[in-house]
Amino acid sequence: MEGKADMRRNVIIKRKIISRIFLTISTLAAIYGIFWLFWILSDLFINGFRYIHPSLLTEDMNPAGVEGGGLRAAFVGHLIITFIATIMGVTVGIFAGIFFAEYGRDSRFVQALRNVTDIMVSTPSIVMGALVYAILVKPVGHFISLGGSIALALIMMPVIAITTDEMLKLVPGMMREAAYALGAYRWQIITKVTLRAAKVGILTGVILGIARITGETAPLLFTSFNNNFFETNILKPMASLTVTVFQYTSGPYDYWHEQAWAASLILTMGVLLLSIIAKIIISGVSFTAPFAPILRSLSFIRKFRREE
Amino acid sequence: MERDSAIGVEVSLPVSQRAKEIKRNGKLVETIFRTSLGFWAIFLGIIFPVAAFFILAKESWLSIKRFGFGFITGTVWDPVALIFGGLPAIYGTLLITFLAVLIATPISIGISIFITELAPKWFKPIVTGAVELLAAIPSIIYGMWGFFVFVPFVAKYVEPFLIGNFSHLPIIGFVFNGIPSGIDAFTTSIVLSVMIIPFMASVAKDSFNMVPPIVKESAYGLGATKWEVMRRVVIPYTASGIAGGLILAIGRAMGETMAVTFLAGNNPQIPKSLFEPLTTITVALANQFTEADTDLYLSSLYYLAIILFVISFFVLVIAKLMVLRLEKRWKVKQI
Repeated sequence: MEGKADMRRNVIIKRKIISRIFLTISTLAAIYGIFWLFWILSDLFINGFRYIHPSLLTEDMNPAGVEGGGLRAAFVGHLIITFIATIMGVTVGIFAGIFFAEYGRDSRFVQALRNVTDIMVSTPSIVMGALVYAILVKPVGHFISLGGSIALALIMMPVIAITTDEMLKLVPGMMREAAYALGAYRWQIITKVTLRAAKVGILTGVILGIARITGETAPLLFTSFNNNFFETNILKPMASLTVTVFQYTSGPYDYWHEQAWAASLILTMGVLLLSIIAKIIISGVSFTAPFAPILRSLSFIRKFRREE
Repeated sequence: MERDSAIGVEVSLPVSQRAKEIKRNGKLVETIFRTSLGFWAIFLGIIFPVAAFFILAKESWLSIKRFGFGFITGTVWDPVALIFGGLPAIYGTLLITFLAVLIATPISIGISIFITELAPKWFKPIVTGAVELLAAIPSIIYGMWGFFVFVPFVAKYVEPFLIGNFSHLPIIGFVFNGIPSGIDAFTTSIVLSVMIIPFMASVAKDSFNMVPPIVKESAYGLGATKWEVMRRVVIPYTASGIAGGLILAIGRAMGETMAVTFLAGNNPQIPKSLFEPLTTITVALANQFTEADTDLYLSSLYYLAIILFVISFFVLVIAKLMVLRLEKRWKVKQI
C-alpha cells in the first residue's frame, strides 16, 4: 500500500516537473522573441544616430566613391512614390471594400471575390515588381518611377479593400435599416451613414497600408530603380530610401554603409510610428494585419465570442 | 425594394413631380455608384490575379517553350551558355522556408502559451506588442542588419563551433560541413524565422484564446497540469488554426526577398550543407533581373516568378480554407 501511494506521488511530481519545464521553455520563447526585437532595434538606434547628420536631408548623393553628400533625392523620391501609390491604392481599395461589405454580403460570387482579394494580399512583392516591369517599364523602354507607385499600389489595394470590408461589417445593421426606413438609397446610406460610422477604422487600415508599402524594396527594384540625381518627374527613374539602402549596403564604401544605417533608422522609425499610431487609434489592431488580413478574421471571431 | 415603396408613394400634389425626379436621379446615381464600385471589386478579385498570371506566362513563354517542365528539374543556371534550370532556386526557396518554419513553429507556440496562460495581465500587451513589432520592421532592415551585424557574429562564433563539434558526426555530419562564412542557409533561415514568428504567434494566440474556458476547466478538474491541458486539450482543439497560421507563414517566407538577398549569397547551386551559399527564387529575381541581357535570360527569370506566384497563391488558398474551416467549426457567422 505504502509503495503504491509513493508511486502515485512520484508520478504526480514527475508530471508537475514536466509541466514546469515546458512552461519555462514557453517563457524562454517569449524572451527570445523580445530579445531579437531589442537586438535589431538597439543596433539600428546606436548606428543610425551616430551617422544621422543634417546634410543627409539637405544634400544630394555624391558620385560613387566621393565621401559626404546626403540622401535628399532618396527621401523626396520615396515620399513621391509612396504618395502616388497611396492615392491609387486607397481609392481602389476603399471602392472594392465598400462593394464587398455593402453589396455582396449575401452573394457567394462577391464573397469569393473577397476571398481571392484576401489571398492576393500575400502575393510576393517582388512578383508585383516583375509584373509592372512587363506592362510598363518594357514598353516605355526605361525605368519609370510611376511604375514603382503602381507596383506599391497593387500591393496596397487588397490590404485596404479587406480592412474597409471588415470595418464596414462592424457597423450595426440597425443603422442601415434606420436609413432605409427614411427612404434612402444605398449610395446615400453608404456615403452618409456607414462610411461615416466606419471612418476611423478605415483610416487605421489606410495608415497600416502606408506602413506596409513604405518599407517595401523589392517592387521598386525593377520599376522606379534608382537615380543619383534629384528627380521629381514621375516618368523618370527616381531614387527611393529602400533601394538606396539596398545599393549602399551592398556597396564597397564605408560612408555608404554609414548613410545606409542612418537612412534605415529614419525609415524604420517612420514605419513603426505609423504602426503604433494605428494601434493607438484602434486598440487591438495587430501589426501583422497589413501583411495577412486572413489572420484578422480569427481575432474578429474572438471578439464576438466574448460578447456572446 | 424597401426604398422604392418608401419614396415612391404616389401623392397627387405638385410635390410628386419633384419626388419623381429625385427618385429617378437617385436611381441613376445608385446605378453608377454600384457599377463603379463593382468594377473595382471584380478588378481585385478576378481581373488582377488572372491578368497577373497571364502576363507572367506571356513573359516566360520563351523559356517555357525552350525548357518546358524540365526547367523545374534543371540544375544548371548558366546565363553565358544560355542554359537555365530552376532547381537550385526552387530548392533554395523550399529549403530556407522549411528551416525557418521549423525554427519558428515551436517558438511561436511557446510565445502564445506564455501570452495566453502565463503572463500577468499587465504584461500581456507588452509581449504581444513587442513580438508583433517584429512584423512591422521592413524586410530591408532585416537584410541590412543581418548583413552588418548577424552575419559576422554567426561567422565568428556560432558556425565555427557547430562545424567543429558536429561535422564529424555519422550520417548527419555532412549537414554541418563547410566554411563559416555566415552567408548561407543557416543564417538566412534564422533571420527568416524571426520575420515569420509574429505571424504564427498571432494566429496561435488568437486560436488559443478561442478555446472555451469550460473545456480547459474540465481538464483541470480531472487533475491535469497546465502543460497537459495545453498539450492534450488546447493544442489539439486549435490544431487547424495553428496549421492555418503555419501555412500562412510559409507563404510569407517564400515571398520574402530583401532579407534573403543579403544573406543567402546568390550562388546558383544546390547547397550540400547548411553552410554553403545558395540562391532562392526571390534572390535570383532581385539580383539578376536588371542584369538580364538576353530575352531568354529575362524570360527564365519570369519563369521563376510565375512558379513562385503559383506556389504562393495555392499555399494561401490552403491557409484560407483552414481558417474558414475553423470559423465553421465554431459556428461563428462573420457578423
